[in-house]
Amino acid sequence: MRRKALDKKDVIWLGFVALLALLPLAPVVAANSFHMHVVILILLFASMSQAWNIIGGYCGQVSFGHSVFFGIGAYGAGMAVVTYGGAPWPGILIGVLLAAAIAVVISYPCFKLSGHYFAIATFAIVEIFNRSFMVWDWVGGAMGLDYPLVKEGLKNLMWYDTKTGYYYCALILFLLIFSVVRWLEGHRFGYYMRAVREGQETAESLGVNSTAVKLAAMALSAALSALCGAFFAQYNLRVDTPMVMSLDMSMKFVLITILGGSGTLVGPLLGAAVLIPLQEYTRAFWGGLGGGVDLIIFGLLIILMVVKQPAGMIGIIGDMHRRFFKHKGIAKGDSADGSP
Amino acid sequence: MALLDVRDVTMKFGELVANDRVSFTVESGAIVGLIGPNGAGKTTLFNCITGFLKPTNGSIHFDGANVTGLTTYQIARLGAVRTFQVVRPLKEMTVFDNVLVGAFLKTSDNREAFARAAECIRLCSLEPLQEKPAGELSIGGKKRLELARALATRPRLLMLDEVMAGLTSTEVKASVEVILRLRESGITLMIVEHVMEGIMPIADKIVVLDGGVKIAEDTPGRIANDERVIEAYLGAKYAQRYKQRKEGEALG
Repeated sequence: MRRKALDKKDVIWLGFVALLALLPLAPVVAANSFHMHVVILILLFASMSQAWNIIGGYCGQVSFGHSVFFGIGAYGAGMAVVTYGGAPWPGILIGVLLAAAIAVVISYPCFKLSGHYFAIATFAIVEIFNRSFMVWDWVGGAMGLDYPLVKEGLKNLMWYDTKTGYYYCALILFLLIFSVVRWLEGHRFGYYMRAVREGQETAESLGVNSTAVKLAAMALSAALSALCGAFFAQYNLRVDTPMVMSLDMSMKFVLITILGGSGTLVGPLLGAAVLIPLQEYTRAFWGGLGGGVDLIIFGLLIILMVVKQPAGMIGIIGDMHRRFFKHKGIAKGDSADGSP
Repeated sequence: MALLDVRDVTMKFGELVANDRVSFTVESGAIVGLIGPNGAGKTTLFNCITGFLKPTNGSIHFDGANVTGLTTYQIARLGAVRTFQVVRPLKEMTVFDNVLVGAFLKTSDNREAFARAAECIRLCSLEPLQEKPAGELSIGGKKRLELARALATRPRLLMLDEVMAGLTSTEVKASVEVILRLRESGITLMIVEHVMEGIMPIADKIVVLDGGVKIAEDTPGRIANDERVIEAYLGAKYAQRYKQRKEGEALG
């Protein structure tokens, strides 16, 4: 069979995951909670972008609306803790399900639009949700939700002394979402998503219900984004609209994936591994003055990438790999073209 | 019983009548050719049958069920699958993955789908190209990919829209072989074609369209002698050549 259960790529991944699992033991990370913070954010933003990658990368429907789902997840956790004074778990579950349901309801009419028009419609949706949540007192309005001081631990999904608990939660989130996408890649639904991206009419002519595929991909993507949002709320111990449900946040989903390489498994991780340290360390070095420096650099990177290598960092790596193994490739008969 | 039954199908685009009360049947297990000059409405008729267009009037029956107005994917699931005249590869997917998408129609099992895709790739001689992105194939390769991909869905009625156009005569022969093998495996075929050397010898029946109207429906032998068809499409030269070849075969 062409695809084995465990190929070379998987072995590399397993090694990488083992490395991540042991990372908190490394003195350079453990001794400095700021480094730990950066690593946690890398994992979180890689997970979010991977969730976006399902609909935006694999299925080709570029959505700027994902902060809505991220926000719903964050509010779910936040309200369970702050408004109802309990553990975040039921709120997280409700947030995830609600995000998937809302994704289906709002994407159904948007999927009638294609290409750029779909993207523009999703812009509008973020604004609608952003303004509504700002003035909605039940969810905390413009003041947002501030977490009370409760007992730390897994039950409340909160830690104060060290960030190790958060780190492992982020790692589990990362593994969960990457595994889902890895699984999708090799199965019928994954092929159908790519077929819809490459040609909706062609896919339909082969019996693919493209609307159903897009809706399912959107629902899954939204649910996983909401899960990330819930973690973000628990990590920051605060939820407010500009932080979780804004175009800024939506942009991060999109840009990280595009920088890394959309429609690929490693892309979101590469993108997050570049952007997040850039964002956090510039903020640490320049403080308030440096706000935005990271975005200037990031903007330049994106421009450079779009002009030079639209496939993202993964494309650059591919190019380098090809250049490096050029001789070998020809020897193997890379140019064997059987076309008459 | 007829597998496909087209009844009085009319397709209008505003004032333009692309198909005017076209009726014909495709018998199970047959090869039916659809020919006619450019602009006769052949592809429009294809689009109506496969659900890309909803006919203004008339109805289409597939395997006894009325499929008029069903969506493309519903009709494909029933077993009527087409190729495109203007090839539409899923460009950034490999040739193999293109065919695999087709193979997933009848099974969600990876092993089964991979085996089916490999089989269709082999049948259409695409093996050396299977790991290439589909967008990089030559036009001949893309035409074969169209065929392999449609075939992978295990269709009952395979509708080929000019798969031989632009091919060399050797390639036409190869395509004809493939088509005959498909018929042997039990697939009914409906073929739009301009390459008469390709379609006339293998078709059981030819349907001729001209200006949106069906002007003839008969065996290839009678079609070649039909005055209206000769005037509208074949031309006297081809009819002559076809007759000579038939006589030659009869003598030999």
